[in-house]
Amino acid sequence: MRFSMLPQVLGRMFKKPVTNKFPAKYTPSSTTKFMENVSNGTAKMNPPIVTPDHFRGKICYDKEKCIGCKLCIKVCPTEAIEFKEDEKKIRIFLARCCFCSQCNDICPVSCLSMSNEFLLADTDKYSKDLIVE
Amino acid sequence: MSPVTKTTFQLPIGPIHPALKEPVAFQFEIDGERIVDVSVALGHVHRAIEWAGTKRNPIQVLYLAERICGICSYCHPMAFSLAVERIADIEVPEHAQYLRVIHGELERICSHILWAGVAAHEIGFDSVLFLTWEIREKVLDLTEYLCGNRITKGITMIGGVRRDITPEMYPKIHETLQYLKDRFEKLRHVFLDDKTFIMRSKGCGILTKEEALKLAAVGPTARASGVKKDVRLDQSYFAYGDLDFDYVTPDVLTGEVNGDVYDRIIVRLLEIKQSISLIEQCLEHMPSGAIVSEPKIAKLLAKLKTVNGEGIGRMEAPRGEVFHYVKMNANEHIYSWKVRAPTYSNIMPWIPMLKGQQIADIPIVAASTDPCMSCTNRVTVIENKNSFALDKEELHQQSIQKSRRLNA
Repeated sequence: MRFSMLPQVLGRMFKKPVTNKFPAKYTPSSTTKFMENVSNGTAKMNPPIVTPDHFRGKICYDKEKCIGCKLCIKVCPTEAIEFKEDEKKIRIFLARCCFCSQCNDICPVSCLSMSNEFLLADTDKYSKDLIVE
Repeated sequence: MSPVTKTTFQLPIGPIHPALKEPVAFQFEIDGERIVDVSVALGHVHRAIEWAGTKRNPIQVLYLAERICGICSYCHPMAFSLAVERIADIEVPEHAQYLRVIHGELERICSHILWAGVAAHEIGFDSVLFLTWEIREKVLDLTEYLCGNRITKGITMIGGVRRDITPEMYPKIHETLQYLKDRFEKLRHVFLDDKTFIMRSKGCGILTKEEALKLAAVGPTARASGVKKDVRLDQSYFAYGDLDFDYVTPDVLTGEVNGDVYDRIIVRLLEIKQSISLIEQCLEHMPSGAIVSEPKIAKLLAKLKTVNGEGIGRMEAPRGEVFHYVKMNANEHIYSWKVRAPTYSNIMPWIPMLKGQQIADIPIVAASTDPCMSCTNRVTVIENKNSFALDKEELHQQSIQKSRRLNA
């Protein structure tokens, strides 16, 4: 048979697009500037699709709980975790992190957790947003 | 007037070419539009993953193995973990075995739907590409719900899995499976009844059963030629032994085996249906119990540090059999690791498939084996910054030396 896709294609013309227009309906000329405007309230962002529970996003670190056992450093596949000898705490470089959450699993005091935050793109891999300590 | 001599032309395609998704170099010998001979050269995306693995402990290697291939991001770490479990003599709980089947089959559904879209794209039928990717999106949403991420699942753990599937999650899984079942009929209709697909795929890229056996094709490529070969049935790992399923060959649907591209489409479509049924069976018969044999990872690492020996892990990836060899010598890091991805076996069948075809058929025939170059590229030899090829005898000698080194 011919044109088996035709009903599907015609039907699509009258439906809403499947794609979520993120971060804005029309691509801004500068995304960085647009995000700046969003943060100071002059522009409105089209929200991203909600992530499910237990999503593996940016790592959260509870410094008070940490006992400095170094187990997370031992299992980190990308060697993204650095040990601060002087205060016996860790520093995580998110630019290297592969978001496997293995450090969360091994932590004996559960001081690490995964948040839902995934908008982590940055031009500087050592920027303040990409280092958790 | 001198007589016109009939000559053939050489047509190089790749390593970088718009029609190829990944780097591979073809050298075609063509006579007009017909392909007379083909030669394939690999080795353009070697990443030294196996070497990097020997600098890491088994838990770290799981995530490295996950990155061998983006689409098979479950079967590589799982095959590695099967090998390590064999070395360390770790018993996997029954509940975890069922969970492993569910994740494996979800990956197969994703991979086959993706392949179907790519195959449609290769023959210029792009509206079907978008139809398949719309369906795949639902499966990825389910994967994200179950594992925490869409592609790199991070679900594998030596001795089990990392996340449980509790009865509260069943409705969401059933909902997605029902959506897939509803959409399957549409997909089947478009792929198997459409005139464009039939014209482009019937009688194109034929791989006979004899050639498939001789060249050791694996997975759907072999099954489409009528070879009954499936690690899930032949070796029965995980919980596959408890489940009811059979080899998928094209004669199930059409009553005959041609071994052409059309048959490979049939096999993959039927396998999507089979995977849905396998997940349903798993949910129905799910035993209760632990999800991992050793929940304390630090303890597991300490145990793996003491084991000595070598093991293999075989499993049926969406593209065919994946094989991992691991050797450990009571050290923190693994001693040796060798990966054989399914595409490695499916490269040689390209040659009989492509011979006698037209130039315009190259993309669909090459895509019909679902090749993954990044999985396959395991060896490259560089000396004085010049890469060079090895002849058979020298390779054999190096192979002997490596065996001696490993056994030392």
